[in-house]
Amino acid sequence: MGKYTFKDFKSDQEVRWCPGCGDHAVLAALQKTLPLIAEEKGLEKEQFVVVSGIGCSSRLPYYMDTYGFHSIHGRATPISTGIKVANPELEVWQACGDGDALAIGGNHFIHAIRRNVDINIVLFNNRIYGLTKGQYSPTSRFGAVTKTSPYGTVEQPFNPGSLVLGAKGTFFARSLDSELKLNQEIMLEASRHKGCSVMEMLTNCVIFNNGTHLEISDREVRADRTIVLKHGEKMIFGKEKNKGLVMDGMGLKVVTIGQDGVTEDDILVHDAHSQNPAVHCMLADMKYPEFPVALGIIRNVEDVTYDRGVSEQVEKVKASSSIRSVDELLHSGSTWEIK
Amino acid sequence: MQHRVIDTNDVVIRFAGDSGDGMQLTGSLFANMSAIFGNELSTFPDYPAEIRAPHGTVAGVSGFQVHVGSSNVTTPGDYCDLLIAMNPAALKANAKKIKRTATIIVDADAFDNASLDRAGFGEDPVKELDLEGRNIIMAPITSLTKESLKDSGMDLKAVLKCKNMFALGMACFIYNRPMGYVEEYLKGKFSKKHPEFIGPNRKVLFDGYNYASNIHAIPDTYNIAPAALPKGTYRNMTGNQAIAWGLLAASEKSGLPLFCGSYPITPATAILEELAIYKNLGAKTVQAEDEIAGICTAIGAAFAGSLAVTTTSGPGISLKSEAMGLAVMTELPLIVVDVQRSGPSTGIPTKTEQTDLSQVLYGRNGECPMVVMAAHSPANCFDAAFNAARIALEHMTPVVLMSESFLGNGSEPWHIPSMKDYPEIKPRYAQVAEGEAFYPFERDPKTLARSWAVPGMKGCEHRVGGLEKNHEGVLSSDPANHEVMCRERAEKVQRVAASLPELKVCGPSSGPVLVVGWGGTYGHITSAVHELQEEGKPVAQAHFDYICPLPSNTEEVFSHYSMILVCELNSGQFARYLRGIYPQFDFQQVNKVQGQPFLVCELVEAIKRFL
Repeated sequence: MGKYTFKDFKSDQEVRWCPGCGDHAVLAALQKTLPLIAEEKGLEKEQFVVVSGIGCSSRLPYYMDTYGFHSIHGRATPISTGIKVANPELEVWQACGDGDALAIGGNHFIHAIRRNVDINIVLFNNRIYGLTKGQYSPTSRFGAVTKTSPYGTVEQPFNPGSLVLGAKGTFFARSLDSELKLNQEIMLEASRHKGCSVMEMLTNCVIFNNGTHLEISDREVRADRTIVLKHGEKMIFGKEKNKGLVMDGMGLKVVTIGQDGVTEDDILVHDAHSQNPAVHCMLADMKYPEFPVALGIIRNVEDVTYDRGVSEQVEKVKASSSIRSVDELLHSGSTWEIK
Repeated sequence: MQHRVIDTNDVVIRFAGDSGDGMQLTGSLFANMSAIFGNELSTFPDYPAEIRAPHGTVAGVSGFQVHVGSSNVTTPGDYCDLLIAMNPAALKANAKKIKRTATIIVDADAFDNASLDRAGFGEDPVKELDLEGRNIIMAPITSLTKESLKDSGMDLKAVLKCKNMFALGMACFIYNRPMGYVEEYLKGKFSKKHPEFIGPNRKVLFDGYNYASNIHAIPDTYNIAPAALPKGTYRNMTGNQAIAWGLLAASEKSGLPLFCGSYPITPATAILEELAIYKNLGAKTVQAEDEIAGICTAIGAAFAGSLAVTTTSGPGISLKSEAMGLAVMTELPLIVVDVQRSGPSTGIPTKTEQTDLSQVLYGRNGECPMVVMAAHSPANCFDAAFNAARIALEHMTPVVLMSESFLGNGSEPWHIPSMKDYPEIKPRYAQVAEGEAFYPFERDPKTLARSWAVPGMKGCEHRVGGLEKNHEGVLSSDPANHEVMCRERAEKVQRVAASLPELKVCGPSSGPVLVVGWGGTYGHITSAVHELQEEGKPVAQAHFDYICPLPSNTEEVFSHYSMILVCELNSGQFARYLRGIYPQFDFQQVNKVQGQPFLVCELVEAIKRFL
């Protein structure tokens, strides 16, 4: 038993999300994971900071009894970046939605990933603008009928995983809101990962986009339509645990073990730590019905983090410079005396 | 011709050429050697937005004006005594910026038909520019430079890069400048990578000097005696450098690491560049992906306990507006530096103006007051930045520090201060006893500043954000609470005035006219008012370093004059602001929106019309 329990991370604020909203479960997973992180890293509660932008999911910092910053639409990522660069000892978590992170905040999102700032971004993807009451988002499917697309959208959505990997992301995981145990595993691993960790949570908006993920999240079909990837394990899925993924030319293919001479030995082993992102990209891009949707940690590689890089440069220059105070600075370089 | 050496109080020299001709460097060298000689000086780089504008065109002319003197040098000077024009375009661009008695040195080799054509001249530029009767020296600078370096083994391109040294040598002869400084500079610049360039540059410099002495086209040379400056150590400072260093000083005096989140933008970029150097003093810089990320990383750093700053110009302020509101709402210490340039939109990005005042005072949604202050000279930028940081940290408020292209790029000698003469900066940190609750928006009864609790401080976990809340930090849309909080945020800014210096008057303490200005017009207004006072005119001057809040004695000072004459480089933004606060006074205006500083002579004329 560690120093903290999930109750320590629960604030006294009443949670105001709609009953049945997927955000409740993600919040619970986070509140249950932070004590484990504190235990593992030897952190005090006051070293946790939770940052958000604007949107339904961005209310999350109010429900956490930590230092928190509920900022402005799209800007959670640069605020997290500033906090982490200013003090790399802090454990920074960020909550943001698909509109917040991928539309108005899209630029910040890709640059934080490119820089590999050591922050943990939970991306709540419900494919809709909920707080403004039901407009399509950058992840809404082509043709989605919403209040601002009464005849269906005529634009392609982003796949957040592809975006993260395209920006040279070092950690990407995907899960469903209701997968409490998996989500805790993902969050713990994200915290361990040094660099920008993006966790896409497929959440359900009961009011404006109810059932948007149902075709894969329904308990009846979930095992057949999703695959939970684990590093070092075979890519096997299905109710009967008899389906798997194999390489087929330049792409992936779903096969059934025991059919057409396929054996378990033919099935790919997931390597989340592979520097080469080619297979990760294919996994992140898998869509139902041709493929199962990939859940779990798709990519998890180490690289230099931006916040440490900045701090180390400061220490290096400090050690080698002869100017150690402002008085010395003022008298450095070209000066002259009036006598 | 009899050569005379004349003692003079001050001279204005303008170096002008193509934007690749090295005129900024030549002007800076002249300024630096004059500073070391002990003169007062003020510089004004005046360059185009293009890095290498089309060769030989008027649009591509880069100029550097320097005013050197024994006393009363407060501006870069209205008109020049010596114009050095490296091509016809440079002559054309600057023909109206010279005195009637001016000497003009042109590179005769550059006055071929093609160059005249590119500059839009017919056959006789002197006639077309109405310069007949002026002392124009047609010096074959290019061919003499080639001749000077014919045995150097350098290629033609490298040889031509030295011709600015020839021009500098001529100017040094005319104004009896010490050549040792330039020699030292050349050694310093080239000794590591290109020691082979030191000799040739030095040779061309002295050849230019000797040429000027030999041609007898220059009847008089001038002595400009050293100024009666206080004893001590001096250095040249540009405004941008001074802001960076002032922030470093505030970082040292507050014990807080400096964090700068910025996006490159003319004319503010040099502050970010400067801070990026001084990691040895703990400064962290983030070159953000855009202006919004610049300020947001700074807000994040402020939340995490740094002395946080974002630096920009007018278009950047427009982009940062929403985040500036967030800093007001979260009541975090933040410095926003606005080095103003000509607008609207992209405007004339390398030219100076004071047109962002209304934007920084009012350009945000909601009731959104923050401290607005302005630097008044390049060296004053140091103290202004220090004070901006002090106010932000001690009053828990964002502060906008206004500078201008004219200040940021301009330079002046600065008597180096000692940091022991600057106060410690003491932020109001939260102090919570064990088991006691922390209320983030409880206020200091005197200043109304809230307490600062930084992540890592035990027992002070709290949430801030853009939503309205009550004193306990709990979200609130209660109508009465909102009004209380709006009033307190405004009152907190007004109470900063108690820690500010009073407005000082230069001249009679009452009378018909008080001339007022703010920011970088200080030198020009001071010179103009001084000139009028010398003529016996009943005119007084007061200059505002603090705009929001205004100094506490402003109303009292104004009440002693029949008219307040507001001079500014916009169409009346400060005047309108003052009218709104003090409707009982008669405010009149002198305005200029040309992307250029005032001229002292035009201010004198304009003020006279109100006397």
